[in-house]
Amino acid sequence: MSVALREPGAVIEQEPIRSRRGIVWQAIRRRPSATVGALVLLVIVLAAVFAPVLAPYGLHEQVGPVFGPPSWQHPLGLDDGGIDMVTLLMWGARISLIVGFAATLVSMVIGGFVGVAAGYFGGKVDTILMRITDYFLVIPDVPLMIVVAAIWGPSLFHIVIVIGILLWTSTARVIRAQVKSVRERVYVKRARALGAGHMRIVFRHVLPQVAPLLIANTVLTIAVAIFDETALSFLGLGDPSRISLGKVIENAFERAAISTGAWWAIVPPGALVAVIILSCSLIGGAIEDALNPRLRVAHLSARSFRLRPLVGRSPESV
Amino acid sequence: MSALLELDDLHVWFDLGDGGELHAVQGVSLALDAGQRLGLVGESGCGKTTTVLGLLGLLPPSASVSGRVLLNGENILAGGEETIRPHRWNDLAIVFQGAMNALNPVQTVSAQIVEALELHHSSSGRAARARVAELLEAVGIPRDRGDSFPHEFSGGMRQRAAIAMALACNPSVLVADEPTTALDVMVQAQILELLDALCRDFGLALLLVTHDLPVVAQLCDRAAVMYAGEIVEQGPVDALYHDPRHPYTRLLFAATPDLQGNGVPISIPGAPPRLDRPPQGCPFHPRCDRVFSPCPTKHPPLRRLDGEREAACHLNDVPAGVTR
Amino acid sequence: MSANGRLLEVDDLVVHYPVVRGLLGAMARRPQQVVRAVDGVSFAVERGELLALVGESGCGKTTTAQTVLRLLEPVGGRIAFQGQEITTLSHRQLRPLRRRMQIVYQDPYESLDPRLTVRATVEEPLLIHRAGGSKAERAELVRDALERVELTPPELFLHRYPHELSGGQRQRIAIAASIVLGPDLLVADEPVSMLDVSVRAGVLGLLDRLREGGLGVLMITHDLSTAARFADRIAVMYLGRIVEEGPAAAVVGDPQHPYTKALLSVVPRRDPRERSRPQILRGEAPDAVRIPSGCRFHPRCPAAIADCREIDPALEPAGSGAGQRAACILAG
Repeated sequence: MSVALREPGAVIEQEPIRSRRGIVWQAIRRRPSATVGALVLLVIVLAAVFAPVLAPYGLHEQVGPVFGPPSWQHPLGLDDGGIDMVTLLMWGARISLIVGFAATLVSMVIGGFVGVAAGYFGGKVDTILMRITDYFLVIPDVPLMIVVAAIWGPSLFHIVIVIGILLWTSTARVIRAQVKSVRERVYVKRARALGAGHMRIVFRHVLPQVAPLLIANTVLTIAVAIFDETALSFLGLGDPSRISLGKVIENAFERAAISTGAWWAIVPPGALVAVIILSCSLIGGAIEDALNPRLRVAHLSARSFRLRPLVGRSPESV
Repeated sequence: MSALLELDDLHVWFDLGDGGELHAVQGVSLALDAGQRLGLVGESGCGKTTTVLGLLGLLPPSASVSGRVLLNGENILAGGEETIRPHRWNDLAIVFQGAMNALNPVQTVSAQIVEALELHHSSSGRAARARVAELLEAVGIPRDRGDSFPHEFSGGMRQRAAIAMALACNPSVLVADEPTTALDVMVQAQILELLDALCRDFGLALLLVTHDLPVVAQLCDRAAVMYAGEIVEQGPVDALYHDPRHPYTRLLFAATPDLQGNGVPISIPGAPPRLDRPPQGCPFHPRCDRVFSPCPTKHPPLRRLDGEREAACHLNDVPAGVTR
Repeated sequence: MSANGRLLEVDDLVVHYPVVRGLLGAMARRPQQVVRAVDGVSFAVERGELLALVGESGCGKTTTAQTVLRLLEPVGGRIAFQGQEITTLSHRQLRPLRRRMQIVYQDPYESLDPRLTVRATVEEPLLIHRAGGSKAERAELVRDALERVELTPPELFLHRYPHELSGGQRQRIAIAASIVLGPDLLVADEPVSMLDVSVRAGVLGLLDRLREGGLGVLMITHDLSTAARFADRIAVMYLGRIVEEGPAAAVVGDPQHPYTKALLSVVPRRDPRERSRPQILRGEAPDAVRIPSGCRFHPRCPAAIADCREIDPALEPAGSGAGQRAACILAG
């Protein structure tokens, strides 16, 4: 494949191009647990997205007795209103995921902005933004959510905003640290010496470097957001007109599902929340590990090299 | 006849993780006599550092090694770590480029050397402290500076401390891997002067690994030039400079700028081959300015030319005047 | 482009860094100390000239280079670029000038954005300065720059990423990105010290040819052999000052300052027969917080006399070279 060339070009090898963008995919593919997490999450998301088409029954359709047990028609039984649990779970996951993604988007925008601004500009900007972050960090989540939900009134939009406002702090801190190190790289200095403005440096050189970290954080935050929404709904502070997984649990709980022994009304939604959170954690954790070189270096103990038999010598020459 | 330290057909491979393998050192043989100074020269990635890590048994688990390392005739590589450990520090000591990594940042320099002495059962207690004072003096660290922490030392002083530590157990061979690369010329001169004095005064044999030809030319008796995991030429430094028998040696000297030399340094076209995909024929042929018919297909073996010279080049098989 | 005035003129440049006092120092209200990294440096670079700023680490050569481009702020002195004083310009005012003065960094493994292709890297300066016209015209300029740094044919490199290239190739890319705007001044900070010996000459030769094309080059290096081979003039720095300056051949062949002499004597020669007789200075340069009185070199100077402790010598004509000057009362 060598092309006749003058000096510097002479030997360049064809090699697959691996940008940092590929890291996210690789991280997920390389770790079996993350692959399983991604597949499970994909199935749940698809089921939730296509709930209107896929759900076996209507969401408000009474198809059997109250707390009807699992049967062939209704594998997960019926709830307190005689509604099919499978249908309920698909619609509930839909709302939970919407809240999770929307709240995460809010927190990523705030956290990303604060983190990049603090890390890139440093100095006073950094000090002020990090102080603000600290204040948000020490606010106890659940009580604030309860207070806000109580004052503003329970609506899906309010829940998204409240969760979003509470979750951005860890993102901001992680991103700030990474931006601080990227800012010191020589190519960023070079861009500045070239006369590039702040916007250009941030969007072209800094953000792409922190993007994988932001993705890992997003996935982890989705898990927390879904958990928070479930907790709020369970406490009765959710949007009463929307049925999320937390709402499903709350309803079953309120109607004494436990005392009537209808475990199928309460365990499956709980398990589904747990599975979603676990999947997100597995994916996010795998990406984070792949990005953190310190975790990748497994062996510094050295000296455990292997010996091979002597090679390439005819016996008489030894 | 038998040398103090001899490497016989040393090979090192690294697993690349994806099933591939990198043949980093491809059959290196070297001999070092007592009190001799041998330079191991080559560019980055040529395998010079891997060679010395291999001979000291300091390779990671992804590496596999074959060959023999003879210390006074005994093959210390035969039993792997088990047979090397007793000789490391005691007979074979090493000084690395980044002296900071060799020193523990939270312990004073003296305390670290005492610890090394006690670990190797060389001496302990008062005797160890006396030995430390002696060592520090030998490397030119004022006695009272021994109680400093490594970060309180300048780069040159740290390198001196690292050398003192290497000498702690009276080794017979000192392996120095790029000992002056991170240092300024003046400090480099001080360290080279120190190494020179140590070899002279204590009869140490020195294996100096470096990319810096002038350093080898000034400090060493002999040198081995490595390229793509192999030794391509070795012999007395004077002969290597004045009568190189491998084009790579000649071009490498010609690429090195000299203070007084006239003529502009040249640049060697191309880059070294990748060691996970060894090329056919002579590894240097794509960059060589004297390629002829056998080079692209036939790998030239390292051949003894005269008393002290060895080179791996087909040109040496051609009667003088035929291709020149 | 103004024809009058030198390409770059630096006059009595002073750069200080504050010393971090630590909590105890601040509480004890100890006076704020400063590192006098650059302490009164004057020099000039002409068009088509390569000036090498030589010295040991900590002598202030890199700080000088960065300050000349106003990447660091001086506390005193004057920097004039093509006759225009740029010392006090705001960063906004400086931006149009930046396309005429460029910098190449030491580490080619760090100075290229790993995610940008060669093409994007070389094109970036054009985009920053909205230069180069249409997309097709920019592509042409990028190809042209690659050809000038001898990465030919450019097609082979345009879509590669830095990790696919060797160190020498990367440094050529960095140079291509620096010359694509057609600058007048190039600051090269140790441009080859991270490269393998076999490719150094190629990169230096490239700088040399660019210089012949009219580019002024300020090269920072610790390697006197390199400076001797490739520079037109050499300025030797010690502890924040230039102690000797002149044509490369004169500074190397007929050094006037004792520091230059010592520095030259310790450069190892490549011919084993030319055993150097190093005149090794003991210790290391003092830090730039406590600069010695009088001549700042006197505590380590083998030739120092009593006066050296008192008199801070200025750069005066000395030696055989045209314009050779040394800051030593014993020179000349």
